[in-house]
Amino acid sequence: MVEFRYRTDEVTEQPSVTLDAFLDQSNATAVRLEPDDDARALIPFLDRLTLIEVAFPKYRDGRGYSSARILREAGYTGELRAQGDVLVDQIAFMRRCGFDSFAPEASLNPEAVARALSTYDQFYQKAADSAIPVWKLRHG
Amino acid sequence: MYKYDHFDQSIVDARVAEFRDQVNRRIAGEITEDQFKPLRLMNGLYLQLHAYMLRVAIPYGTLDSRQMRMLAHIARKYDRDYGHFTTRQNIQYNWIKLEECADLLEELATVEMHAIQTSGNCIRNISSDQYAGAAADEVADPRPWAELLRQWSTFHPEFSYLPRKFKIAVIASPEDRAAMRLHDIGLELVRQNGELGARVFVGGGMGRTPMIAPEINPFVKADDLLSYIEACLRVYNRYGRRDNIYKARIKILVHEIGADEYRRQVAEEFAHVKTLGIDPPLAELERISAFFAPPAFDAADVEPDRSDPDFAVWLDQNVKPHKQTGYAIVNISLKPIGGIPGDATSAQIDVMADLAEQYGFDELRVTHAQNIVLPHVAKRDLHAVWQVLRNADLADANLDLISDIIACPGLDYCSLANARSIPVAQKIATRFADMDRQRDLGELKLKISGCINACGHHHAGHIGILGVDRKGVENYQLTFGGSGAEDVSIGKIIGPGFDEDGVVDAVEKATEVYKTLREGDERFIDTYRRVGLEPFKEAIYG
Repeated sequence: MVEFRYRTDEVTEQPSVTLDAFLDQSNATAVRLEPDDDARALIPFLDRLTLIEVAFPKYRDGRGYSSARILREAGYTGELRAQGDVLVDQIAFMRRCGFDSFAPEASLNPEAVARALSTYDQFYQKAADSAIPVWKLRHG
Repeated sequence: MYKYDHFDQSIVDARVAEFRDQVNRRIAGEITEDQFKPLRLMNGLYLQLHAYMLRVAIPYGTLDSRQMRMLAHIARKYDRDYGHFTTRQNIQYNWIKLEECADLLEELATVEMHAIQTSGNCIRNISSDQYAGAAADEVADPRPWAELLRQWSTFHPEFSYLPRKFKIAVIASPEDRAAMRLHDIGLELVRQNGELGARVFVGGGMGRTPMIAPEINPFVKADDLLSYIEACLRVYNRYGRRDNIYKARIKILVHEIGADEYRRQVAEEFAHVKTLGIDPPLAELERISAFFAPPAFDAADVEPDRSDPDFAVWLDQNVKPHKQTGYAIVNISLKPIGGIPGDATSAQIDVMADLAEQYGFDELRVTHAQNIVLPHVAKRDLHAVWQVLRNADLADANLDLISDIIACPGLDYCSLANARSIPVAQKIATRFADMDRQRDLGELKLKISGCINACGHHHAGHIGILGVDRKGVENYQLTFGGSGAEDVSIGKIIGPGFDEDGVVDAVEKATEVYKTLREGDERFIDTYRRVGLEPFKEAIYG
């Protein structure tokens, strides 16, 4: 279930299909990526996707962070959802990698999430969010 | 030395607040130890055999006297009056109370220090050459590059849940004092047509599968560096193995797909990443470099008075040439005979801080061999420095000798260890306590690990000792022929293991074989490489 969503458009009602199923057929507009799926396989189809769900079976498995950035770097603007073992202390990193909705398996405390997202206001690196990296603030 | 601006400070301060919140949630029981574990591990807090251990980052091993004094203060206030300097140029405190941890970090932050990413499957503290800025053979000071990487890697959103921990070293000399090619990524700064860039080595490491990093790129320009490293990491994050913790380091990926295929994948990723604008302008590297400008050297070239024989021995063994006439590099040994390698008391840490302030342009370094360096000391002050060190039991003249042992904490502290390391180090140092004997043996790097994870760098020891558990009894395997220097190599096990006293005897026998067979000014490892294992094996097992 989507607990946190940082977009204003309507939630896609269509259930997501696996990457293989999507590549085989289909006119689906929602896809689910497992950690070992290659996000780049979706690049030719980004225009018609409205939801990409990235699975985190274990929080320790960080492949989904790269999947998210690859999709955003390729110009994907639809909903990018982190689903699974998503913990409060990962959400800020996930936001920076381009995720804009979260469906954690274990429900998260909204206050804790808000706190986690507002802890840092400076960032060293350029990532997939709109934060301006510190080096750019230093040098304009 | 690098100084924080308000951006750097705000990030470290935010981390303290965040960690305080995490600890409070744990103490209040809102989160379980299982949930807390990944959080504390991102901040260098380990639950060891007896207590929490906190590892504090010392970026590229460089610190000033104010920071050094803070380390002493923390040892005094929060620990048992000592700290342990590590092989990654950091410091560990072994007896930390969870409730006090956030206060400790808050105090550290007042001197621009932290424990960020000193554990966890993320990019760890960047290590470097302890002689940076002082070595005659460097093409540039490697520390600005290390600082650039420190900032880039701090809270990197994509690379905080890597398959495994990730260690980067930066050097800038042909002589490798940082075991650069035994890191996940090793960078060697080089000049090409006058331009400074980095040779990039990927996939080195110790642990249970030691590997020497192959060269992946002969020259990456300064303004491509972060894009290139980001590409290196992205390929690893996506394709590094996650099915087996022991095969999850990048060395296994590079080994399994081959250096050529890894290089090709990185090049492809780099071509894409380079379009994203993640590289800071060169002005940022210049800004950082300005902090590392050479100090105002002005001492005349005075040769120290060698009439005191103890001082003369220390000069010969622990003092190294400086690139600036009139100056020298002072190595402070944390390896007193019978002591614990890398340990220093609060009082000793303060003494070293005072010396840096008074005689060393306020700079100190921590070495991967667990010693301390005063990188810029005027030759005219060497005797005064030595006297202060001697009064603080810090004047052991054993740098790079057999008693200058690297040892992990071992079973005395570590929950992963199979065997004790410290008592073995103490026994070997005591056996070779006679300085003339040690000096006669010359450079002999002896390194001890208490388990196969190799934190004591035994693979890189001219003589390495690996503690294992054999049916409930501590057993020690010997390896010969390793090196972490520019002649990098991995040591080989010489035969069946020994008990604690047996391994000390075997080391002694090996040194006797060396003394018999050495030619000219050959070091132990040179003789071993020339004659091979047989004569040693015969003497030890025969």
